[in-house]
Amino acid sequence: MLQFVIRRVISGIILVAVVSSATFFLAHLAIGDPTIGLLGSSATQDQMASLAAKIGTDRPLIVQFFDWAGHALTGDFGDSWRNFQSVSSQIGLKLPVTLSIVTFAILLTAVFGALLGIATGLRPGTVVDRVLQWLSVILFALPGFWVALVLVITFAVNLKWFPAVGYVQPGTSFSGWLRSLALPGISLALGAVVMVASQLRNALVETSQLDYVRTLRSRGLSNARVTLHMVRNAAPTSLTILALMFVGLLGGAVVVEQIFALPGIGALTTASSQNGDIPILLGITVVTVAFVVLVNLVLDLLLGWINPKARQS
Amino acid sequence: MSTPVSSPATGTQAGGAGTAGAPGTPGTPGTPGTQAGPAASSSTRQARGTAFSRLLRKPEGVISLVIIALVILVGILAPLLSPQDPNFVNLDIVKAPASPEHLLGGDSQGRDVLSRLIWGTQTTVYGAAIAVAFSLLLGVPSGVAAGYFGGAFDRISMWVSDALQAVPGMIILLIVAAASGSNFVVIMITVGVFMAPGFYRLTRSTVLSVRSEPYVDAAVVAGMSPFKILLKHVLRTVRGPVIIQTSLTAGMAMGMQAGLQFLSIGTSDTPSWGAMMMEGFTIIRQHPTLMLWPSLALGLTIAALAIFGTALGDALAVRPPAKRLSAARKAVQAHDAAVPGSTGQVTLAGAESAVRIDELRVAYPSSKNTMKEVVHGISLDVRPGEVLGLVGESGSGKSQTVFSLLGLLPETAAVGAGELWVDGTRVDLANLGAHRKLLGTTLGYIPQEPMSNLDPSYTVGYQLTEPLRTVHGRSKEQARAEVLAALTRVGITDPERVLRSYPHQLSGGMAQRVLIAGAVAGKPKVLVADEPTTALDVTVQAEVLELLRELQCEDGMALVIVTHNFGVVADLCDRVVVMKDGSAVETGTVDEVFNRPADPYTAELIAACLDDAEPRVTADARFADASGAVDAGTAAGPVPAGRRAATPTSTPASAEGEAADQAGPTPSGTSIEGSAAK
Repeated sequence: MLQFVIRRVISGIILVAVVSSATFFLAHLAIGDPTIGLLGSSATQDQMASLAAKIGTDRPLIVQFFDWAGHALTGDFGDSWRNFQSVSSQIGLKLPVTLSIVTFAILLTAVFGALLGIATGLRPGTVVDRVLQWLSVILFALPGFWVALVLVITFAVNLKWFPAVGYVQPGTSFSGWLRSLALPGISLALGAVVMVASQLRNALVETSQLDYVRTLRSRGLSNARVTLHMVRNAAPTSLTILALMFVGLLGGAVVVEQIFALPGIGALTTASSQNGDIPILLGITVVTVAFVVLVNLVLDLLLGWINPKARQS
Repeated sequence: MSTPVSSPATGTQAGGAGTAGAPGTPGTPGTPGTQAGPAASSSTRQARGTAFSRLLRKPEGVISLVIIALVILVGILAPLLSPQDPNFVNLDIVKAPASPEHLLGGDSQGRDVLSRLIWGTQTTVYGAAIAVAFSLLLGVPSGVAAGYFGGAFDRISMWVSDALQAVPGMIILLIVAAASGSNFVVIMITVGVFMAPGFYRLTRSTVLSVRSEPYVDAAVVAGMSPFKILLKHVLRTVRGPVIIQTSLTAGMAMGMQAGLQFLSIGTSDTPSWGAMMMEGFTIIRQHPTLMLWPSLALGLTIAALAIFGTALGDALAVRPPAKRLSAARKAVQAHDAAVPGSTGQVTLAGAESAVRIDELRVAYPSSKNTMKEVVHGISLDVRPGEVLGLVGESGSGKSQTVFSLLGLLPETAAVGAGELWVDGTRVDLANLGAHRKLLGTTLGYIPQEPMSNLDPSYTVGYQLTEPLRTVHGRSKEQARAEVLAALTRVGITDPERVLRSYPHQLSGGMAQRVLIAGAVAGKPKVLVADEPTTALDVTVQAEVLELLRELQCEDGMALVIVTHNFGVVADLCDRVVVMKDGSAVETGTVDEVFNRPADPYTAELIAACLDDAEPRVTADARFADASGAVDAGTAAGPVPAGRRAATPTSTPASAEGEAADQAGPTPSGTSIEGSAAK
């Protein structure tokens, strides 16, 4: 078990290293001289040269890479090229917003996906089941920001139930914080909810036809008890999907944050990518990929707990 | 294990509602089962043809196909269809409502909305085409190579695929957009790269499954190039799923593309739906229609692609999804399907019987509005403490009969008619809940296949104590003590360890003992065993049969044992019911049926068992010698040596002609001995 965790952690670290190195070279090679983008076209040669010296882009690329990587290993992602504040502190400021939305969305997905999936998986072929099938097809395909726009028009502009834009710190007003998360969270979660629900539904339908379910019934277990057995055995596929959804939600949050004017990673990424602020972009890449690795590790541990065979290997 | 009469295998499979329209997930759409070998190619082609016509018969298939075709056409013909230059600014129509010259009005900068919508269609289609093309180009060949060659390439490409799926694509896309100066083609290629794992996984798993098919091995033996065969079969099987994946990928690429354009990334001079949505969004309160049109276009197109994929998936899955019928509807259809007449016989009054089945009928849905009856009005009864054998080849309806006795038929099945008495009480067949209340208390069930009948996620201890705690109201300690006793009783020498084990840590024989312990732990009056030895090694078979006989004797349970093996009947049963095609062809004591079979089919079955009697007798002798060392892990308990020699397959050799008047059908006479002992 410990060996398994160590193997997964090492594989995760390699993934973070590979992706961030690739991003480093991709960004540098494509952007070329970043000082043009940072200073604008009216900048003089002297200004550009002094900025290049300050941010270190006058050195060979490979030297820059090892400099960056060496600092990154100690948790120092350098300073922004634009406002010279530390990358970590800027990301640290924005990350809670994005994580709030994504966590809220994942919670919604897990709870409602499980409820809907169990409800339809135990009674396949009902009207609710068929509606869910079609909804899952359509809602999954539609991008989150499209759903967000529809929700904004309906619930914020027309019905005025929720604020259309803005973020409230949980310290300022907890209910206000929840209200500001509601629409972005729901727009992100909707597609994921139906996806998880239909995965769980299919897994439950398959499980319900297995021999041991009949044998469990033959010992007189109640329907609720038999359902528990079925859900535990059907859970792995849905959990895997849930982890994939997390990755999707992180990406989707970038656009949805713009719609609701939330000061999260999304706005920072968009602004930095337009300015060519490479240190910020690299920091964001490392942090998000690390989160994905972490989520997958938690998932693997959960799967091991659910499935005794996987635990052994 | 004896081979029964060459069976026509007409068994009606309990088709579940399992595969009803599973929506394709990104990267893991359902792969339809690999078709049969090369010989079946013409019929396969036929099935493909009908798959397309099936798709066109569905309204959602036609509608989505029409929408997709329209979108593509509008995209290609944009220069011809567009009434105006999409970038021409006419200050007179800034935010103007619809008019005859400008059917959808003007946007915030005074450009014609309809023209921009049409040109935006071209951008959307073009971008999706780039993404899909690169996705296919990267995913399919690497998937084929990984599946075919395996090894290092497989491991590395799998890692890359996993890595791509673990990276939040949108963030990388923003970086690529910044790096490439918002080059549209580069951005869409990147989208394609992020979507490639879907195609990769799909083709890889298809190649793997085709590769492990026996006909590929056969082709290798026959000297054909396996690569050629693989290619042919891979192409055939992968085609449908790839089309489904393509439509899903196209939809998602359009969504990502519009999302980027909504963030004002991508070229600003080409009109796009995403950019139009963004422009409309800023003035949504004053002019909601400006956002409406591009949103509608995007939503409709993506929904059409998704529905097309699903409809095609449904059409390719040859088995139509089984509909869930109401009980009343099933009853009517089952009534229509009933085969007139009844078979079998009863001699006991319901109140005196352990089990009495009267003219029971079971039917399954066969097509849309009809049902096929598989058990045709069978009657039988079992005395308290009696052992009844239910014999027949597969598909004879014997399992269906006992599952309706247990109330454990699949949900699609319908009990058409009949009466059922269990332990002297009449069971209301219409009330499944009440029927199932008998399970675990009055009725016990021993399944056929030991490994698939234990829940893999729970320890043996949990599975066995759970019913005692929740059904019989025992405390945790009490339940544990009873289960330990039951495990000891079925001959498990190390019950503490087995209690802590998971099913996959047990041998087949051990698992079957666990299942028997589970069935008898509730002290049932009637024990139903469905081919309890078929899946076991010959040596273990004998022990399990012996165990069943002991348990039955000690507890005085009635035992209904389903088997296709007359050896089991001879060893264990008092009476036997022979079934064929859903009817009872003969009922009688073991003695009568073996020595004076009334029905030619029974005689045929018995004769089939005797065909290879000679080698089996030798095998028995060998087994008797070796029996001491057999299955050391599970001591069989105190078994008399003479009984041990009676393997389930020790067929009544003596019945072969000369000794019809001999006391018992088996040479050792154990079965008579056994029943006389009761």
